Amino acid sequence: MHALEIQGLAKDYAVGFWKKTSRTALKPLHLNVTHGETFGFLGPNGAGKTTTLKLLMGIIFPTSGTATILGRDIGDPEVKRKVGFLPEQPYFYDYLSAPELLDYYARLSGVPAGTRQSRIAELLERVGLRDVGNKQLRKFSKGMLQRVGIAQAIIHDPEIVFLDEPMSGLDPVGRHDVRELIQQLKDQGKTIFFSTHILSDAEALCDRVGVIHKGELRGVGVVNDFRSSVADKTEVIWLGAGALASVTDLVSDTHTTGDTVRGTVQSDNLDRLLEKLRQQRARLISVTPINQTLEDYFLAQTQEKEEEKEAVRS
Amino acid sequence: MTSRLSAITLNTFREAVRDRVLYNLVLFVLLLVASAPVISQISIGMEKLMLVNLGLSSISLFGVIIAIFVGIGLVSKEIEKKTLYTILARPVRRWEFIAGKYLGLLLTLVVNAVLMTVGFYLALLVFIHGLHPADGMLLVAIYFIILQFMMMVAITLLFSTFSTPIFSAIFAFSLFVIGTFGNDLRNFAAMSNGATKWLATAAAYIMPNFASLNVISQVAHQQSVGGQLVLFNTVYALLYSVAVAAAAVLVFERRNLK
Repeated sequence: MHALEIQGLAKDYAVGFWKKTSRTALKPLHLNVTHGETFGFLGPNGAGKTTTLKLLMGIIFPTSGTATILGRDIGDPEVKRKVGFLPEQPYFYDYLSAPELLDYYARLSGVPAGTRQSRIAELLERVGLRDVGNKQLRKFSKGMLQRVGIAQAIIHDPEIVFLDEPMSGLDPVGRHDVRELIQQLKDQGKTIFFSTHILSDAEALCDRVGVIHKGELRGVGVVNDFRSSVADKTEVIWLGAGALASVTDLVSDTHTTGDTVRGTVQSDNLDRLLEKLRQQRARLISVTPINQTLEDYFLAQTQEKEEEKEAVRS
Repeated sequence: MTSRLSAITLNTFREAVRDRVLYNLVLFVLLLVASAPVISQISIGMEKLMLVNLGLSSISLFGVIIAIFVGIGLVSKEIEKKTLYTILARPVRRWEFIAGKYLGLLLTLVVNAVLMTVGFYLALLVFIHGLHPADGMLLVAIYFIILQFMMMVAITLLFSTFSTPIFSAIFAFSLFVIGTFGNDLRNFAAMSNGATKWLATAAAYIMPNFASLNVISQVAHQQSVGGQLVLFNTVYALLYSVAVAAAAVLVFERRNLK
């Protein structure tokens, strides 16, 4: 049994004055996330990430398809006892203080009265808000609100946590802190499903990622595969612009700055290039394999179909 | 379920208090104090009539205004500010949210009315120099005002589940005005014929009837209110409120929150 199983979940909205036109926000989505996995849901703005999360949280209803969280249908409110959720750019009841807000959410999540206060104190400490006292949330900065947001998402110690753009709009310090908090959840063995359009965050935290674009899942991959994939190209930098003329058939994308030359070579031709540079008495500065990155994968998934469509049109 | 319901109820009450809704009590006291010189100029016997009419009408009107202006935002504000997202992501049923919101605003109005009642009786003691056993009937009028609040909160809550705050306020206020003349609508239905009679009768049953809940003039003249009317009004207000709140739940259960 997976922690999250999505089977053909789709969402269309009726638009226009007479609601006769249909706009697809999410095409049938099939996706599984295993227990303890950190899954990154990547996509540009408006790709369908938030729609998916809203469907899973019961905020909107699917046009078709089903999904289960921890083996229970998403329509069953009881499954929410084990689910934590941080919405994108969360807004909380700003007339409450952080402890009051957490107490409210703890009650709604069924946290026993006996452990509620100690849990709130522990979480405020953990998210770095121990000293906020009874200050109302309306006086909180965006970064502080995001910390409160994470605290409310885990107040009931959920098994699976859904985070919608958790680092969005934060300054570098805030992003670092939130990343640390997510890493802690990951270390605790929680299943984490988080959406983001910031690839470095996904690369740092996720075990697997899925790329969604224009409401369609374009691909799912293991992050480590991107890191360890064998490079088919290598970047070579050497000193000795005079040697360039004899290797033009081997290198591409060359840039010359003074006597320094930078070029890209197919890995198959690397040995021949190095041999020729030695013969020309060029001084080698660096040889760096160009691995496929998450960014390459992301761009490939989001651009590939655009190009296909362009080709069909022309 | 009880814990979630009470949490939402108390949070709604707390929001109203922190948004300074109860500041209207200051206005109520000022109104009573400012009217004292006017009342004292009027001959004995009329003084009390004036004060009872003024006091009870104010308790009713202040409450209805709060019911409309807080009620219209009960659900729509939570949708607009997306605070609902973190509520629905918990084991909270949608009907529990609606019921909690309803009870929270009703609690606010009852607390408000009780505090106003205390002020009103103090005013009677100060200006009229004493209470009469028949003044107990004033409490029946206040009880009917609270029944009126029950119905108004359900109405504003229903509009709040699908309409914008401005339209909700217009709709709710219109229903309040129509309901105030509820008996006239029924009389008109009784006198009409054909399709008009059918339509007017249907409207008379659908629209709230606040007229039967208004016994201010009666108690101001120290006339008693029959136990049958108390029972009838209680059952009517309960059934009407439950029916309208159920409609609010039905709308909200199906709503996609964008």
